[in-house]
Amino acid sequence: MIVSVASGKGGTGKTTVAVNLALSLALEGTTSVDFLDCDVEEPNAHLFLHPVLETSEPVTLPVPVIDESKCSGCGICAEVCAFHAILSLGGRAITFPELCHGCGGCARFCPEGAISEAPREIGVVETGWVSCVGAAAEATAAAQAIRFVQGRVDIGTALAPPVVKAVRNKVGPARGTVIIDSPPGTSCPVVASVRGSDYCILVTEPTPFGLNDLTLAVDMVRELAVPFGVVINRAGLGDARVTAYCRQENIPVLLEIPFDRRFAASYARGGQLVRDFPELGDSLRGLWRKIRAAAGPLPEEAEMAR
Amino acid sequence: MKELLVISGKGGTGKTSIVGSFAVLADNKVLADCDVDAADLHLLLSPTVRATHEFRASKQAVLDPAKCVGAGQCSASAICAEVCRFGAIEVSNATSAGTSVGRGMSVLGTGSAAGAGLPHIDPVSCEGCGVCARACPHGATSMEDVVSGHWFVSDTAYGPMVHARLGVAQENSGKLVTQVRREARSIAEGQGLDYIITDGPPGIGCPVISSMSGVDLALMVTEPTVAGAHDMQRAIELARHFGVKTIVCINKYDLDEAGSEQIEEYCNSEGVQVAGKVPFDEDVVAALVRGVPVVARGSSHHVEGKAAQAIRRLWANIESELAGWQTGA
Repeated sequence: MIVSVASGKGGTGKTTVAVNLALSLALEGTTSVDFLDCDVEEPNAHLFLHPVLETSEPVTLPVPVIDESKCSGCGICAEVCAFHAILSLGGRAITFPELCHGCGGCARFCPEGAISEAPREIGVVETGWVSCVGAAAEATAAAQAIRFVQGRVDIGTALAPPVVKAVRNKVGPARGTVIIDSPPGTSCPVVASVRGSDYCILVTEPTPFGLNDLTLAVDMVRELAVPFGVVINRAGLGDARVTAYCRQENIPVLLEIPFDRRFAASYARGGQLVRDFPELGDSLRGLWRKIRAAAGPLPEEAEMAR
Repeated sequence: MKELLVISGKGGTGKTSIVGSFAVLADNKVLADCDVDAADLHLLLSPTVRATHEFRASKQAVLDPAKCVGAGQCSASAICAEVCRFGAIEVSNATSAGTSVGRGMSVLGTGSAAGAGLPHIDPVSCEGCGVCARACPHGATSMEDVVSGHWFVSDTAYGPMVHARLGVAQENSGKLVTQVRREARSIAEGQGLDYIITDGPPGIGCPVISSMSGVDLALMVTEPTVAGAHDMQRAIELARHFGVKTIVCINKYDLDEAGSEQIEEYCNSEGVQVAGKVPFDEDVVAALVRGVPVVARGSSHHVEGKAAQAIRRLWANIESELAGWQTGA
């Protein structure tokens, strides 16, 4: 089962929920857990999970290379490019690789065959393991480690979605439980993270900013047709409008995490809340049961049962 | 005229609350909300929208089923699907015409290809490159303009404001940011204003890069958490990459004073000035719930909370910085 954790607004507690949900499930030991940090602009989960990274692979996009000896200066490539990544000037084609989306149109339609493509690095995908030997570790081997994948877009690179997709592609089908930490917002990098998940947890806070951005995120997950529910973080701070909105829209509130300076202090130092506050682990496993019930039987379970 | 951009790397550090207060404190300015995915500044400044504009920067492929001959007739798996690098075109194996092909798909199975082998274009995955439309030998695929958001020119009690709303699951947030900034600049020039104050998006990607080009100063709002510090470092590197001068504000600094000291040490070692430290103050949340900036307007007699006072000092430092003075802070 693939569960993404998202929010319209940044800083509401996505990473906290994703990390601690992954830990509480791994410690319980009934499922294997993969953790994907898809917030490739600002990946933070590693600060809490301390993974041992084993592999690092570049993520590249194919960008045009002009063979000037063949270029006739016809300008078709510049006309083809929807992203203004090629300019035709004075009988020459000039490329702007940082604008290129890698669609391949220029190379395909160049009548002189003067354009080839070369990989341009835009980020990396790293994989590794999080050791989490805990109370239930002896139960199964799965409890001892979370498989960890994160992406990082190179600084100065505008194109996050291909890096997000590269992280998502690290998970094969039917892999137990996959938890995805998404970037904030509602645009293309978020869509690339959330799309295709079996359930999406939207984390918000009970403030007007939290509410406004939650409504945008709800529009997004509805557009993507992903079942979802809400976690209200820092409950007690702010007002009751988020709760009223969820009730009115018939959106399940899966969990309310109270505002507590002790949680804030643990988070600030990169602490794992479920270790510092075991009762939170119980709450998160309760949340998990609600999600499982809402998502219904999964294809991979049917397969496992055979 | 000087342009100040407020960013953070990490979301939720307090950018918008601080920009809302700057709206009160700064004279002769236009405000720009460049967090076009999840804009919130309007919730503090209650703008009256004077003009709404459609944002059309993207195109999307659409299929004319009457012209499409279907996979098998054109190529084994349909040329459009073969050339698309974004996985936006799939060929269905549907056998009956008129079958709904799922959410958001732009083609229903009617027309000459009668459903079998008909390509379906997924508008969410389509990046608008237009390669499929050029490659289709039957002229069945074409590119259409998409309204991918709206942008607004508004009045607030504190001056003009330009803001936007990107459509759900849309692309091109960077171009919408550019549009908002262009309009803000034109208002500032037209009215002879002193400042453009821009609330930036979180992250370091496309909309942040579009927010940053050519600004006079970037204020990085961080918080004393491992994530806040980590993300601030990447955002400072981004600003350096684009040659933009950066100063830092540590928000909620007293939630972890040791963590705040580490951030200050990092900033000192990088030659980045810490222009302000704002304490945690429930007044900030209370003001947000009331929908007003925490720094109250014309409130010389009102007793302000400690966060509001710290934001006043922060703005004074920024004003000096923008004027090119040494603040010594």
